[in-house]
Amino acid sequence: MNTTKRTKAAAKRTRAAAKSAKPRPSSRKPQAEPGSEVWNLRLYVAGQTPKSLAAFDNLKKLCQERLEGRYRIEVVDLLVNPKLARDDQIVAIPTLVRKLPPPIRKIIGDLSNTERVLVGLQLRSRD
Amino acid sequence: MKAKNNKTPRTGLAKCRTGIRGLDEITEGGLPRGRPTLVCGNAGSGKTLLALEFLVRGALEQDEPGVFMAFEETPQELAQNVATLGFDVKGLIARNKLAVDYVHIERAEIEETGEYDLEGLFIRLASAIDSVGAKRVALDTLEALFGGLSNTLVLRSELRRLFRWLKDKGVTAIITAERGDGTLTRRGLEEYVSDCVILLDHRVNDQIATRRLRIVKYRGSTHGTNEYPFLIDEQGFSVLPITSLELKHSASTVRISSGIPQLDEMLGGKGYYRGSSVLASGTAGSGKTSVAAHFVDAACRRGERCLFFTFEESPNQVLRNMRSIGIDLQPWVDNGLLQFHAARPTLHGLENHLAVVHKLVNEFEPRAVVLDPINNLASAGTLSELKAMLMRLVDYMKASQVTALFTSLTQDQDNLEQTDVGISSLMDTWLLLRNLESSGERNRGLYVLKSRGMPHSNQIREFTLTDHGVELRDVYLGSAGVLTGSARAAQEMRERAEAVAQQQETERKRYGLERKRHALEAKIAMLRAEFEAEAEEMNEVIAQDELRQRRQLNGRADMARSRGTISGIKPRKGGRK
Repeated sequence: MNTTKRTKAAAKRTRAAAKSAKPRPSSRKPQAEPGSEVWNLRLYVAGQTPKSLAAFDNLKKLCQERLEGRYRIEVVDLLVNPKLARDDQIVAIPTLVRKLPPPIRKIIGDLSNTERVLVGLQLRSRD
Repeated sequence: MKAKNNKTPRTGLAKCRTGIRGLDEITEGGLPRGRPTLVCGNAGSGKTLLALEFLVRGALEQDEPGVFMAFEETPQELAQNVATLGFDVKGLIARNKLAVDYVHIERAEIEETGEYDLEGLFIRLASAIDSVGAKRVALDTLEALFGGLSNTLVLRSELRRLFRWLKDKGVTAIITAERGDGTLTRRGLEEYVSDCVILLDHRVNDQIATRRLRIVKYRGSTHGTNEYPFLIDEQGFSVLPITSLELKHSASTVRISSGIPQLDEMLGGKGYYRGSSVLASGTAGSGKTSVAAHFVDAACRRGERCLFFTFEESPNQVLRNMRSIGIDLQPWVDNGLLQFHAARPTLHGLENHLAVVHKLVNEFEPRAVVLDPINNLASAGTLSELKAMLMRLVDYMKASQVTALFTSLTQDQDNLEQTDVGISSLMDTWLLLRNLESSGERNRGLYVLKSRGMPHSNQIREFTLTDHGVELRDVYLGSAGVLTGSARAAQEMRERAEAVAQQQETERKRYGLERKRHALEAKIAMLRAEFEAEAEEMNEVIAQDELRQRRQLNGRADMARSRGTISGIKPRKGGRK
């Protein structure tokens, strides 16, 4: 489980990664295994705030642990694309949206509470 | 910064005209410009509509685009809901005058995992504001956030930041909030929005609902402090700042006919003053509506517009009934001079009635208004409320120089000079219609109880409804009291008979005199004839006497001559002869 300290440290470490992910609409982690679902996750941020960075960091870690090879994270910076906030009904930042598999789930916050993230992503039942 | 919009320069606070009827008057110019205003109220009290109308009117009338951020209704729902009010939300959106953003937060769909903020909301709002260049913002109902998100600490700090941000943006904002139990808002939003707080209320009293609006606070500005009734009708919101009127309406000296010549006669010969308030009170069936109908008829004949509010009968019924006494109001209805407005008193609250009267008077601009009857309205509220309402109504009518005729039904025959409504002191002219019971009959009587500023008759007149309208007749005051109806008719007949007898008597006397004169004259003629006959006779005698004398003389002279013995004198005498 991630602690806040670790999150912050991670945020620094992954800043470069987040930056590289930002300008492009998506940062792919391909290698979808045939037969299993591809998780399409979208993380909405507004600039590189500590919370956003922490969220990205936490998300990446969690995905690697739980969804090895079958996830895709898309980071949307609403400062760049403000219209998307409206289209995707984003209020809180950061917000993680599970686009696929359906149904759409929304998880807000810096994703530091892994338990809740798992519940939110409905990964808990799969374990 | 917008001095032209600032109605009260002495406060120094820039104001943003809402364009909502009446609200700008109470707030003395509008909402604080560039600041958020909190509108709170219970469910269904009209918060959303107020917020939306503020934006729509701003876009249409002040050329200030707006952003509507809805937390409860989708843009489609919103557009549909207000389409009946004549707001073309879709059109405004298409013309870039209005941006609507629907914020959907569903707790069940959201998992909270750690720290977050509401930057997304800010971004959306900023983007919407930028997209139309908005000067006005409405957030309806912001508290929905509390329903969707559980971290109230975050929410509170974010809301504080939001209001600060709105101020920094310089937009005039309306934030709506649900009313809480004992507090203005359920979530204590009034803590953050402290510039202007408007409270909407939808109260039910005796099963009748009335909407009211009150400015709870308005920092840096004077404002009306009362609860003002407001209406939501097909033209949107209208607030009635009636009691803010001062007692300074001008008094006209123009007199207008009451429509009943004899009544005009009683009122100093000229009728009512223009712009005065006339009360016709009386018991059931004493002819109040007929007096009103005459008044309306006379006004229409002068080419003036009239409004007839009827709270008991349908317009058709009034028309039919008045036709039966020879007053045909239909032509006036047809040519648009006369407008009827019929409503059950219990249809809505008093304030609403007042608002409706207000609105119609404003739109139709009549010179004469009839309310028939006012005491019936008491069923829509308490008497004190009714009195307050009528006071405002009378004030309003006077201010607009509308001559108003109110009818009032008095229940108590013994206590006629006290209307149930207790508004007589507001009235300039008070006609009292009463039933006079005598000799097994019930007849109508009318008298002028008071009429300010003019000499008026102190007489009771009998009031009859004929097939050509109301007629007023002198009543008979005798030892048996006031005579009316058939007693009066009998008295009239008796008097007529007496008059005839009197005339006959005189005639007879005159005839007798004439006859006497004739007789006398005949007598005189006879006497004269007698005299003449006598005179003639006498003359004859005299003539004969003279003749005889002459003959005698002649005979004497002859004798003398023949004698020749006459003295010198005698022959000379005879010679001369």
